[in-house]
Amino acid sequence: MTAVLEVEAVSAGYGPVPVLRDVTFAVPAGTIAAVLGANGAGKTTLLRTLSGLLRPTGGRVRFDGADLRGVRVERLVRRGLAHVPEGRGVVAELTVEENLRLGGLWRGDRADARRAQDEVYELFPALARRRRHAGHQLSGGERQMLALGRALIARPRLLLLDEPSLGLAPKVTAQIMALLRRLCDDRGLTVLLVEQNVRSALSVADQGVVMSLGRVVTAAPAARLRDDAQLRHAYLGF
Amino acid sequence: MDRFLFLTFGGLSTGAVYAAFALALVLIWRAARLVNFAQGAMAVATAYVGYAVAAATGSYWVGLGAAVLAGLLLGALVERVLMRFVGHANPLNEVIVALGLVLLIQAVLGVVFGNGYRPAPAPFDTDALTVRGVAALSPYDLWVLGAVLVVVVLLALLFTRTPIGLRMRAAAFAPEVSRLLGVDVGRMLTLGWALAAAVGALAGMLVVPTGLGLHPHAMDLVFVVAFTAAVVGGLDSPAGAVVGGLLVGLILSYVTGYLGPDTTPLAVLVLLLAVLLVRPGGLFSSARARHV
Repeated sequence: MTAVLEVEAVSAGYGPVPVLRDVTFAVPAGTIAAVLGANGAGKTTLLRTLSGLLRPTGGRVRFDGADLRGVRVERLVRRGLAHVPEGRGVVAELTVEENLRLGGLWRGDRADARRAQDEVYELFPALARRRRHAGHQLSGGERQMLALGRALIARPRLLLLDEPSLGLAPKVTAQIMALLRRLCDDRGLTVLLVEQNVRSALSVADQGVVMSLGRVVTAAPAARLRDDAQLRHAYLGF
Repeated sequence: MDRFLFLTFGGLSTGAVYAAFALALVLIWRAARLVNFAQGAMAVATAYVGYAVAAATGSYWVGLGAAVLAGLLLGALVERVLMRFVGHANPLNEVIVALGLVLLIQAVLGVVFGNGYRPAPAPFDTDALTVRGVAALSPYDLWVLGAVLVVVVLLALLFTRTPIGLRMRAAAFAPEVSRLLGVDVGRMLTLGWALAAAVGALAGMLVVPTGLGLHPHAMDLVFVVAFTAAVVGGLDSPAGAVVGGLLVGLILSYVTGYLGPDTTPLAVLVLLLAVLLVRPGGLFSSARARHV
């Protein structure tokens, strides 16, 4: 099993303040990795560094074996990397339909972009009913569906998701987690998930990467983190 | 009553120019969150180009095309080599750089073309047609109204119906998210400046023959009025710019007609002040806060 994403000794930060130090882990193809940790552990910074919004000050990020250094953010989606940022990234001023169209604009294959859009409406019927509504009129759950659906239109191989459960009802969270699992199993999608909601993240993840104060303190199979009370106490605090 | 009608028609015609010019300001405001204080000087520069080409070729229409093209290029150039490198830490930075650009453009125009008035012939008769004894619009006014209407419709179609328009809107509203979706935000910004300057160039070409004359400071007061129009409509709203432009054109026409032309600049300032006091976001401002 080859790794789609390899993070090697990555450091990054804002200005002189280092946030990530020496972060190393890998995500095998077709699996879900959950990055866990308290507020301020550097989880969001990690995703922003992986998608190029933040330049690493050291180390290397490999996607499908290729070094991502110097690759511009707007090129990454063409390579198959989609990032759903924290706060869901729905463009509030645009309608649901426009948000989805935006997700497929870069694609040369218009017909397939169109097809991918229809698939999103099938996947999330709630969105289909609200095509003409602006992003700011949607509920939190609908926005999450829209951001996720828009990312899927790119038909990515690697999906970076920042706090998909934030502010969502447990039932909606469970649906989204189940969907991610299905996409991995059926389409070979690889997911890197940042979550505060440790239980729901570990319920679908294959691997847990626990971060604290900008470092990876442990990376272990999710089942072990879930079941080994000692590990759980030490790193996750429950 | 005849006088009122006359002033109304005149106000609509000048208002259309203000509307186009305000639209140019709104385009840049939406794309870059800055008021382009160099808009007037840029429009004058392109009008000089337009009338120089018109004089050389003998065709107003070739000159008009040249002015709009010069606007596209000048707008892109200003964004690429100047505004892109202005720090956004303090909003005054952009204002000061823009004011510096005004001085530069006006000085260069003075050196190249001289500071005097140059002829700027109108392509149509500027004398008002008389309909049943009432002086109404001149053929030139009709051309102005028609040209602005076409530009407004074309821009609306561009922004709402085309992929490039969707990209430009997304890049303006949410630059980071747009980049993650593969939109080249930098290029959209350049395009926004180019479009705005082209619309400004058209407005300049339209307004110069209406008694303003062509000289380096021709657009100074027009800029102030158009800025007022944009603020009246709400800097964020293209529709507001158009309505604001027409409204300001009408108000100024009545003020000039009934109170005399000396009061016009004063009326502009009073209007600006009133809008800022009563409805600072402009008539078309959306009250909702942005939450993503």
